[in-house]
Amino acid sequence: MKSQSPAANQVESLETPGVTNGVDRRLFCKLIGGGIVVLITSKPSDLFAQRRGYPEDLNAYLRIDENGRVTLFSGKIEMGQGVHTSLAQMAAEELDVSPESITMVMGDTDLCPWDAGTWGSLSTRMFGPAVRAAAAEARTVLMKLASEKLGTPRAQLVVENGVVSNGSLKVTYGELAKGKQITRLVGEKAVLRTVKEFKVIGKPAKRMDAREKVTGRAKYAGDIRLPGMLYARMLRPPMHGATRKSLDTSKAKAMSGVTVVERDDLVAVLHADPERAGEALALIKAEWDRPAAVFDTESVGDYFVKNGGEGHVSTSKGDVTNPPSSGHAIESTFRNGYLAHAPMEPHTALAEWKDGKMTVWASTQSPFGARTRIAHVLGLEENKVRVITPFVGGGFGGKGSTEQGVEAARLAQITGKPVMMMWTRGEEFLLDTFGPAAVVRVNSAFNAAGKMTLWDYHVYAAGERSSEMLYDVPNIRMTSYLGSSLGGAKVHPFGTGPWRAPGAWSNVFARESQIDIMAAAAKVDPLEFRLRNASDERLRRVLKVASDAFGWKAGAGPSGQGRAIAAGLDAGTYCALAAEVAVDRKTGAVTVKRVVVAQDMGLVINPEGAKMQMEGCINMGLGYVLSEELKFRGGDIIDRNFDTYELPRFAAVPQIETILIKNDDLAPQGGGEPAIVPMGAVIANAVFDATGVRMYRLPMTPERVLAAMKGA
Amino acid sequence: MKKSVRFRLNGHPVALDTDDRRTLLWVLRDDLNLTGTKYGCGEGVCGACTVAVDGTAVRSCQTTVAAVEGKSVVTIEGLEHDGKLHPLQQAFIEHNGFQCGYCTSGMLMNAWALLQKQPHPSRSAIVDEMNANLCRCGAHQRILAAIEQASKAGGAR
Repeated sequence: MKSQSPAANQVESLETPGVTNGVDRRLFCKLIGGGIVVLITSKPSDLFAQRRGYPEDLNAYLRIDENGRVTLFSGKIEMGQGVHTSLAQMAAEELDVSPESITMVMGDTDLCPWDAGTWGSLSTRMFGPAVRAAAAEARTVLMKLASEKLGTPRAQLVVENGVVSNGSLKVTYGELAKGKQITRLVGEKAVLRTVKEFKVIGKPAKRMDAREKVTGRAKYAGDIRLPGMLYARMLRPPMHGATRKSLDTSKAKAMSGVTVVERDDLVAVLHADPERAGEALALIKAEWDRPAAVFDTESVGDYFVKNGGEGHVSTSKGDVTNPPSSGHAIESTFRNGYLAHAPMEPHTALAEWKDGKMTVWASTQSPFGARTRIAHVLGLEENKVRVITPFVGGGFGGKGSTEQGVEAARLAQITGKPVMMMWTRGEEFLLDTFGPAAVVRVNSAFNAAGKMTLWDYHVYAAGERSSEMLYDVPNIRMTSYLGSSLGGAKVHPFGTGPWRAPGAWSNVFARESQIDIMAAAAKVDPLEFRLRNASDERLRRVLKVASDAFGWKAGAGPSGQGRAIAAGLDAGTYCALAAEVAVDRKTGAVTVKRVVVAQDMGLVINPEGAKMQMEGCINMGLGYVLSEELKFRGGDIIDRNFDTYELPRFAAVPQIETILIKNDDLAPQGGGEPAIVPMGAVIANAVFDATGVRMYRLPMTPERVLAAMKGA
Repeated sequence: MKKSVRFRLNGHPVALDTDDRRTLLWVLRDDLNLTGTKYGCGEGVCGACTVAVDGTAVRSCQTTVAAVEGKSVVTIEGLEHDGKLHPLQQAFIEHNGFQCGYCTSGMLMNAWALLQKQPHPSRSAIVDEMNANLCRCGAHQRILAAIEQASKAGGAR
């Protein structure tokens, strides 16, 4: 089958800024209604690739209606990362209202401004300034109106919770907005609150989606119900690359209540009950030609290295081929396998075809990308497609692609009925994209003073994200082969795409392992070795804060303590992890007992939300480090459910301590990904510190650790 | 194959005329419009579809409606009473024991059933019981802390 890579969709939408979305100004004004509306536009440099011709190239808008309700419209989506709350906090700060009083409308392509997608730890970093500016501008408008209404100079007015007062008279935001139709367009020049003035930003906030989520009332795409809705199941090839030789749908057609759809590339059965649809699918007979496997779980790394081609040199400094006084040189090769995103909610979409308009409720990280693709496949104008994004049940990069939405829309158009397409878990393991397997070869050296002299780095299929050499090395060469982890390379037997901090964790696993290997060879404490080679102050600070909080006891590795440190820079955020492990020498099982996370992410909007993301990174990181690796043979994916593809469970999670380093002068940096990045290295380094055995391949399954210990 | 099936659902009697081989998960979600119970894996290995039957946690994707005939089923929608959250729900909010929220109903129902049997479980008993439920966002420690807090607050209500 032809696999649709989500990354391809992303790139396509990122690179076609000229396309207009077809929502005209009149419709737009009708949609947003009266009251006070602030539209925000930002410089392309600030919101790179995040904008495209919405009426005024705006990135956000905010409305205060006649009832005083504040509504923030955002093309971002909420998939658990908490921007639903942090964006409201930013608006609340500038408007002097409580975050809870703000209604968030997210990811609806008819109501929200265009947005490329929710990924890359960008929402707070790139989108936050626009939200704050909109709210600040709205406050300016409201204060002017209040000043006129109360006959009091602006400087003498105070605002609390949406009520403006001059000491004796009061007027609410709602009263001020009543009967008005004020539209403002601002850049980011609006006067913003300073850190000292913050009442909401920087304070831990409870999640605004909490009550809905603990009562089961929160709606996800699969929870939307329409009269006459049918569940669809599609005939899937048994493996990627298979082509169909024969088809017999007669038995499925004979089943009562079943609709069978047959198009060249689309064979589906529909029924009001998803389980009956599944039974009908099982009655379809099809034969397939299966392509031979080129490589599998075990041989993928060697295949990449043999077939990497010329490579692309991204950094070259000094002389790596003949470095002066290179000293002690060490060459290592690091590997990791393919990873499944495995969000608990599989890709889901409900499509309704009505009066020439297609409405699709979809679990997606890219509602606007989904709209473009659905319109293209169905041959519709973009304004005839509306994508609505309810709560998304986890994404991790995998829901940048919305092929389930395309499938639901096609079937809704063909049958004229509302169609629910909820991928089964087995389909999710076949059709989702995967974080790519990767190989890193690195040759490095240090001198008698324990200073690094050489860094010759070759990365295969992970790309360059977070591969920057954070330490001071005079001779550096970085070469990348087989494209990036975003799915560009053709070498993979199935679709690949971004997996939480794509490529970054492959690169940092290699770098921070290699640093540890050099420290051990130099017989220097691994923290001391890092500090000796680091002049970057933010790097030094996260290393010191993490090791202090951990209670670091110096000693060259392997010290027998089972402790280690590793650091990374990702999405503008520096993060250091210090961890302690225990290794069962009989079984090879690694238990992560404790992880200390120190993070410098600039100004922190919601410290509680930031800590939840850091903890999530550690827990999710345990998977790729210890148990997760997609087993496959060519395009044939062997893992099809959680019984064999093992996610981290409660018994495996460590004690976690999170520390946010105060750096309020720096604008907010990324928070959803940085802490997952150094997990591979810190655990591999801790295993080495405990056992003296170096692990070069992720995941570090008990079998691999045991084999390495026996070989040592 | 149509049969009349009767059981109690969140304290109220329910009578359905349906194929009783259907799973409880889809009957809840489609016939009874209780969509808080989620599909996650379809094989009983993730716990997103957990509900309680006569006080015991079951995987509703592996349970036919025939199997709950005459029994009492409690779903996530049944924990809140008259606008008052169950102590477990309150504790999940206080500890931020979720992110995307998709596994949350199953987590709460698994924990609720545990507290029915064992009102004051040890930390390790909680871990053992919850180990069958998957959370991909990584809210594990907060979920455990929330269950501990609720058990102290008399969570077996």
